[in-house]
Amino acid sequence: MTAATLSAEPGIATVGDYFALLKPRVMSLVVFTGLAGMIVAPGTIHPLTAFTALLCIAIAAGASGALNMAYEADIDALMTRTANRPIPAGHIARGEALGFGWTLSVGAVAVMGLLVNIIAGALLAFTIFVYVGVYTLWLKRRTPQNIVIGGLAGALPPAIGWAAVTGDLALAPVLLVAIIFLWTPPHFWALSLWRSGDYARAGVPMMPVVRGKRSTRRQILAYTALLIPAGLSPSAIGLGGPLYLGAAAFIGSWFAWEAVAVALEKDLEHEPAAHRLFRISLIYMFALFAALIVEHLLHIAAFAIGPW
Amino acid sequence: MSDAQDRERRRRNLAIALSLVALVVLFYLMTMVRVQP
Repeated sequence: MTAATLSAEPGIATVGDYFALLKPRVMSLVVFTGLAGMIVAPGTIHPLTAFTALLCIAIAAGASGALNMAYEADIDALMTRTANRPIPAGHIARGEALGFGWTLSVGAVAVMGLLVNIIAGALLAFTIFVYVGVYTLWLKRRTPQNIVIGGLAGALPPAIGWAAVTGDLALAPVLLVAIIFLWTPPHFWALSLWRSGDYARAGVPMMPVVRGKRSTRRQILAYTALLIPAGLSPSAIGLGGPLYLGAAAFIGSWFAWEAVAVALEKDLEHEPAAHRLFRISLIYMFALFAALIVEHLLHIAAFAIGPW
Repeated sequence: MSDAQDRERRRRNLAIALSLVALVVLFYLMTMVRVQP
């Protein structure tokens, strides 16, 4: 770790630097899946309570991102994708990011527990624990299973959204969590296939670095084979209707097609199939949860209008 | 402290102040929601 990553020049951090610490793009996906969990949950929630719950999910996700950047500043400084983040760039000192991250984490959990309900607050605390404690501090530098187990943190928001409405958990939110959990390895390993040099240089034991690219391709295929049926499963329990089933079947087939292309890849230097799989994985996640949201909103609208 | 640093500190303080005001408003409104019969 360089001196710049430990202590920044005092007073040069902008508000934008602190915002960048919150990993806003990750935050937006997490808020989206949390919103989906909230919309599909049975029962009603006051709009302001729903807003508060989403705000807490967003802030907790951002705080986890800030803590992750604080604890991984030495790794980030070595990788081209992350070298410009506020801490390695010397804009924010590591200690400031830690204070910022922990303050927001405790605040988000406390507000969720006090203003929404205690189950949602506990799930939010557990999510931060998995991302910061289990993934960042324990597994990231030790095992190629880091993103598999750590992926649970990114998978939990639908369950938090559900719990914010109902105050408990059920099979339906667990299925949504399972979908994101199984989606994470193909998503990140696709990225790591063409970024493996970066990870090797930083000493991060990502799957292609430790087990090689061939094994990574096989494992991407294996997780995809589990993901596609998991993606269809909400229709089996009545959580998703025809719109969801159609979207999950169509984008799922596309996902599987690209996963097979990654397994059969010939251009090992540029990894075009892995790039495509990474992009389609983002579309897949967005499409599945968007279909779920739209279908439930249509149901609510139809119920409000009444039978014709 | 240079002018640029002073300006950034002012902006950071303003952002903190606005966040605190927003939190106070949120707590007030949520209290109203929860005490409603």
